[in-house]
Amino acid sequence: MSNARSAILERLRKAPKKPIPELPAWQPYQSTTEPAFERFRRLITAVRGEVIETTRANLAATVRQVLADKQCQNLLYAPKTDIGKALDDAWDAEPGPQLVAYDRPIEEMKALMINNIDAGITGTMGAIADTGSLIVWPTVEEPRLMSLVPPLHIAVLEVSKMFDSFTEAVAKLGWNKNPPGNTLLISGPSKTADIEGILCFGVHGPKQLVILAVTD
Amino acid sequence: MPELSHDFEHAAVEALGNKQLRTNLRRVMTGLINKRAAQFPDFDELQALRTRGAAIKDRALAKLPDLLVQLEQNLIAKGFHVHWAQSVEEGNKIILDILKKANARSIIKGKSMVSEEMHFNHFLEENGVKALESDLGEYIIQLAGETPSHIVMPAIHKNKDQIGKLFQEKIDGQPYTEDPDELTAAARRVLRQLFASADCGFSGVNFAAADTGTLVLISNEGNGRMSTHLPSMHIALMGIEKCIERLEDVGPLISLACRSATGQPITTYVNMISGPRKSNEKDGPKEVHLVLLDNGRTKIYQDPELREGLRCIRCAACMNHCPVYTRIGGHAYQYTYPGPIGEVLNPQMQGIEKAGDVLHASSLCGRCSEVCPVKIPLADLIVRLRREAIRPAADAVKGGGSRKSNMEDVIWFGWKTMYASPLLYRWGTWWLRKIGNFMPAGIPLLKQWTSVRSKPQFASRSIYDLARERGIRDE
Amino acid sequence: MSKSPLPGRPETVYYFPTCLIDLFYPEAGMAGIELLQRAGTKVVMPTKQSCCGQPARNCGYYEEARAVARAQLAAFPNDWPIVVPSGSCAGMMKKHYPELFAGTPELPKIQAFCDRVFELTWFLVHKMDIKLVDKGEPIKVTWHGSCHSMREMGVIEEPKDLLRSLSNVTLLEAEHEKECCGFGGTFSVRLPEVSAAMVTDKVGSIVATGATEVVSGDMGCMMNISGAMKKAKAPVRGRHIAEFLLERIGKGDA
Repeated sequence: MSNARSAILERLRKAPKKPIPELPAWQPYQSTTEPAFERFRRLITAVRGEVIETTRANLAATVRQVLADKQCQNLLYAPKTDIGKALDDAWDAEPGPQLVAYDRPIEEMKALMINNIDAGITGTMGAIADTGSLIVWPTVEEPRLMSLVPPLHIAVLEVSKMFDSFTEAVAKLGWNKNPPGNTLLISGPSKTADIEGILCFGVHGPKQLVILAVTD
Repeated sequence: MPELSHDFEHAAVEALGNKQLRTNLRRVMTGLINKRAAQFPDFDELQALRTRGAAIKDRALAKLPDLLVQLEQNLIAKGFHVHWAQSVEEGNKIILDILKKANARSIIKGKSMVSEEMHFNHFLEENGVKALESDLGEYIIQLAGETPSHIVMPAIHKNKDQIGKLFQEKIDGQPYTEDPDELTAAARRVLRQLFASADCGFSGVNFAAADTGTLVLISNEGNGRMSTHLPSMHIALMGIEKCIERLEDVGPLISLACRSATGQPITTYVNMISGPRKSNEKDGPKEVHLVLLDNGRTKIYQDPELREGLRCIRCAACMNHCPVYTRIGGHAYQYTYPGPIGEVLNPQMQGIEKAGDVLHASSLCGRCSEVCPVKIPLADLIVRLRREAIRPAADAVKGGGSRKSNMEDVIWFGWKTMYASPLLYRWGTWWLRKIGNFMPAGIPLLKQWTSVRSKPQFASRSIYDLARERGIRDE
Repeated sequence: MSKSPLPGRPETVYYFPTCLIDLFYPEAGMAGIELLQRAGTKVVMPTKQSCCGQPARNCGYYEEARAVARAQLAAFPNDWPIVVPSGSCAGMMKKHYPELFAGTPELPKIQAFCDRVFELTWFLVHKMDIKLVDKGEPIKVTWHGSCHSMREMGVIEEPKDLLRSLSNVTLLEAEHEKECCGFGGTFSVRLPEVSAAMVTDKVGSIVATGATEVVSGDMGCMMNISGAMKKAKAPVRGRHIAEFLLERIGKGDA
């Protein structure tokens, strides 16, 4: 309705002008001298995120262990990523729970994903220490719903990719230069306190979040 | 739940008598107050962050028309559709047209207070589209046929046994349980299928970054992501004041909002949407629409003082800390927004003649202004609106002057005459001391006072007489 | 936090007792004067003053509030600090007078007046550096933080510091001590049921501490709380903090 558009903009433009304030000098708050990864781990485990340290070489084995511990029958994965290739190699040597590729549009995958997938694994762009948040940028290989629909999300985090704050991450990742269609901060498994203010986990997003912290 | 009367005072009194409501509110609000305090142990850091948050919002408001144009350009370049609506009616029609064109019969919603302004669900139902709430609190009140009583925790007025009974009644095959985890699991089960089958997803917008063309949505449950990425179409609705300059401004604003609202460093999900599904992508909505709503905001914008209320980031810290809200809950406020921000927005959006009685719902204790993460002087804005109610400043507010009372004008004229004159003050107070204590407790004003208090006693001597006797100089 | 533009301890101060104290609690007002004298300053209380004008401003009657404000200015011609035994009235003058006269040629005069306004307990602690010696028997007291004292005049720790400095006084913290008591001036009669609920809760939290006294820096709050305690026959006495402190330090040498 260009009528509404011009009316709204006109009313805004004819209003009394107020000065445009300068943004005051500011440092994002860092409460401790705790190393970034420790801060991140402390915050995310406080809201039931699980952090498991591992190495590149041991990644597939750690995934296998997590799937066994959580009794997962299958795992949604992206075969064309490094993570996917590592899993394919490991599963070739020794089979494990079924690896399901997210290789078709969601319309064809929906019923399967909503009802029958136990876990999904994605990479991350890094993590933010001050808020305990993973940075997840869905890609063509790792689409948006991969970290959301399966009840268990396994996220691979390279410990070297820590940022203190969102502000730092935006600057260093060039986040504000043409960002992908969906970018996310994920800070734990899904939760709510809508019933009498009592905290409950696993509402609509994943019930469990396991972070594989790759230290090398 | 008894039908609340339309008069604010009656509604407040009824709510006061609801023991369960008061107990729930007191417990939860006290918890939120403590959680927020625990997030801000450093007073200087808090004040610096509030100053930054207020400056970010003030910059965005000062540049709003240009930022909205920039936002629109960037969104369109990325494949969004952008619509503008001046009124609630226009907004509802635009959305209905989008849905009809896409043959959508059902829409699944993330929480959106601005959709409450539009009475959106009701409008859609009347026009043959099912609107399903997916936020747990909103889902609960939708099942109960009610409206939200708090902007962040909509079902806070309900107990778990009530919710258990509600689920048992309304969800096929659901046995009675009071266990919150089991109730949550039941909602997850039901809504999961609805996310998958809905024709369209709907959301509000917490912040829209003009520089990158990004819609930012914060949530704990994940329903925001489900409803904006599972269905093949997403419609987002936003008040025009939610537009901010830059994506990086989101950092301090989210820090303020989450720590002030629920005492968390951040919500579980920060969902940033910068485009629909690309041709080589496998998921995400193929069509994304943003509807920009005015509904009285441009009018508020005209007044430099009242414009400060448009900084609001809908965190609810003000109502969490409000001693009046804690005792009466959100429904008593009658219109979309409860608590202090409701006292500022509702009379301006609905008109003072309709929603102005809520302006006296405040003892002006100032806690709201103290905790507002973007430094809105809420208590002062309430006083300003009280003035607009009786002595409007040239069309500043809808319904200005509609609460003018000749009797009150006379009272304050008399008060001023006595108090601005030293002689009349001495004479008037001399009489009050003589006869004041004979006033019966049942007369208007004294009657309200003495319902729970003893009558105040006028002293027999003035302090000025005592002082003279004790040798205190008067100049 | 109000900042004093005056260096050192003043020789003379003005006193603004407030209309509420004049009408209902003149002895509380006199106690404030005596504390200032004992702390070592001369006190002058002009008789031409009346009221800060807050009730009119809060109801939107700005013109009437301005008329009364001008009359107060006229009563305090000298450049002495103006000490007020009420955070609420002090806040009205210090914070809201400049807003009422914003954009008018009177503003500089008004601002100069407001810069001299101080709340009593803050003034005693920061400008008079008062030292109290407790001569009373052991006693348990609790404190009500009046809203405008805390939020407009920045007075939070000063009253509690004064109480804690008394050796025989045990200061007990009431739950929700910083929550509004429900007075709010006209609020108590405009939305009386909610106000009644608030004061009832406040009395409950005071009684629950086990203290026998509650003190506050604002007689508006105290009138509300004491009135409710009296009607509920609560075993607690309510007073202005000035009266309590004066009683504790006893009859002084000149």
